[in-house]
Amino acid sequence: MARAETLKNEPNTIVIRPTKSWTALNLQDLWFYRELIYFMTWRDLKVRYKQTALGVSWAVIQPFMNMVVFSIFFGGLAHIPADNGIPYPIFSFVALLPWTLFTNALNNASRSLVTHQNMITKIYFPKLVLPLASVLSGLVDFLIAFVVLIGIALYYNLTGQAHITITAALWTLIPFLLMALMTALGIAMWLSALYVQYHDVGYILPFLSAILQFVSPVVYSTTMIPAKWQMIYALNPMAGVINGFRWAILGTPTGPDTRLVISAAVAVVILVTGMIYFRRMERTFADTI
Amino acid sequence: MEPVILVEDLGKRYRIGLAPQKYRTLSESISQAISRPFRLAGAMLRRSVGQDVLQPGEEYIWALQDINFEIQHGQVLGIIGRNGAGKSTLLKILSRITEPTTGSVTIRGRVGSLLEVGTGFHPELTGRENIFLNGAILGMRNAEIERKFDEIVAFSEVEQFIDTPVKRYSSGMYLRLAFAVAAHLEPEILVVDEVLAVGDTEFQKKCLGKMGDVAREGRTVLFVSHNMSAILRLTQESIVLEKGHLMMRAASAEAVDYYLSAGNAKAGERIWDADEVPAEAAPFRPIALRLRDKTGKVVDTVRSVEPVGIEMEYELTAPLTGLRIGIYLTTARGDQVLTSFDTDDQERFEKHGLRPAGRYVSQCVLPPDFLNGGRYVLGVNAGSYRVRRYFMDEQALTFNVDTSGAPGMQWAEPRPGILRPRLEWKIEKQ
Repeated sequence: MARAETLKNEPNTIVIRPTKSWTALNLQDLWFYRELIYFMTWRDLKVRYKQTALGVSWAVIQPFMNMVVFSIFFGGLAHIPADNGIPYPIFSFVALLPWTLFTNALNNASRSLVTHQNMITKIYFPKLVLPLASVLSGLVDFLIAFVVLIGIALYYNLTGQAHITITAALWTLIPFLLMALMTALGIAMWLSALYVQYHDVGYILPFLSAILQFVSPVVYSTTMIPAKWQMIYALNPMAGVINGFRWAILGTPTGPDTRLVISAAVAVVILVTGMIYFRRMERTFADTI
Repeated sequence: MEPVILVEDLGKRYRIGLAPQKYRTLSESISQAISRPFRLAGAMLRRSVGQDVLQPGEEYIWALQDINFEIQHGQVLGIIGRNGAGKSTLLKILSRITEPTTGSVTIRGRVGSLLEVGTGFHPELTGRENIFLNGAILGMRNAEIERKFDEIVAFSEVEQFIDTPVKRYSSGMYLRLAFAVAAHLEPEILVVDEVLAVGDTEFQKKCLGKMGDVAREGRTVLFVSHNMSAILRLTQESIVLEKGHLMMRAASAEAVDYYLSAGNAKAGERIWDADEVPAEAAPFRPIALRLRDKTGKVVDTVRSVEPVGIEMEYELTAPLTGLRIGIYLTTARGDQVLTSFDTDDQERFEKHGLRPAGRYVSQCVLPPDFLNGGRYVLGVNAGSYRVRRYFMDEQALTFNVDTSGAPGMQWAEPRPGILRPRLEWKIEKQ
């Protein structure tokens, strides 16, 4: 051991030994591999719509079709009201933007380790790269869908059905977006690490997405939740994200308050615990996958 | 001088699942199904705090144990061992893919491993795109890849198709491109695992050449192969692994010799114990491979001028269709001499299409005046063509051929070549 210790102090030296305690987060390793994060994101994007007839239009069609379906069934048949008399289609589309980003990121990132098992069993790299790249590659789809939102907003403004204005509050979309990404990454770090060992996660994911959608204000407004449940409802970070989006773009009365602080705190807790659990299990991935 | 790689008391333990119990009552199954999630949750919790817990029906196996060795800068070390001896586990630990259970490895410099040719290649992306992606996966900087791009393309010989998705490539082209990227990684320490088992002969030569270059540049190479001729050609020194233990470290010629003769219970005979046969082999169970001289005695040295009997004894626990038992004959240096199957003959092929369960012996005779003197390796294979391979042992038995009485022995000079036939020469004065 003594010789290993003297060698260890030289530059460029790696000591491989069993990790005994809680591993350090080792973020500098992730920084060293930043180009890999970029390339994996780029690869996801390049490959995603290959050999599809509609190509990148899918980034728009997904939330758009959801909006149409929601408007017919929830807005039209079930008469779910939108805040401030805003037309239901744009009310739901604004929620669908972060929601589609979140749910795609969550699904892709949770499966990312198992999808890339050959990389995990054949080379060394920080495994966090995989869920991270999956989450980031969803951002491009989000931006494309956002352009469509601008189109929809213009349509409603021109036809006089709504009055959507550009306000300074739009800047807050960036932190809200970050919050959605953090939540997706946090849950995905838990689930992807669990997926390696228990493939049951693959079966849980579809209905987890469905349940999360119903406890998030996607098809309805937060204002429909009884006041005594509001604080508990805020434990879902996506509730904070969607409320924030509606407030910033449509001016609904769901702006930042205590509930947002709760949502943000939960998002941070999910992210941090997810990262710790992921790092903890990372060393066993190659053996158990 | 301080070593580049220092391996101390290295061990790796795996948890493996055992076959589930065969008979269980319904109520047992139900109560298992109910209690299982709870036990799993408990195990998960304990594992996440670093305790290793065995679940019922699991046990530990040591893939590596008490491994100690060091490699100096610029050395080319061969690693040899049978399947399951722990070679791959060792390489995986050295390339930081998996963690050891005990001990430590100290490495000075960047490790590049050719375990990973083509890892991360995406079939939908073009050759060009995959070079960049794969380079990043192997830990190369973008600038580094750009600088070496032309060289990589030239080495891979796929210039024309560089902007074609790799899913349209032939497997040879795919492999060449993958190897080209990995070969330009320029690590201080290169770990190579059996890449040479794939690709055509021309390409294998190129790969070996590249490895030779790497070694000449004074970088350190670890080379794992089943190809003994490649080991002898490329390495001066080798270590032999057997069942997770380091058996010897010696000059490659000596190590290869040890490896080839190890595992033979008795000279001229290889007997497989039940625990040596992998479970996937069922319903085929190898019993023994023997070499007999013309009097029927089991021998490990045969005379080149006499016929040699080869017999493979085995058992089928269930009837098998299309089974063929093959022998591979190679020289101790790894050059292939011949491959032959017991149903090569059309008539026997039709007659033995279905073999009922039972004990069998498939035997053949090597003709006299056939092999040259030296050391040979006999391998066996049992499979159904294009359906399944039940069992394979490429180095089941080694034997010597003695040339006394062979043609040309009046001259005490070595005769190059694998064969030593008695050719019918005619000398006519004209």
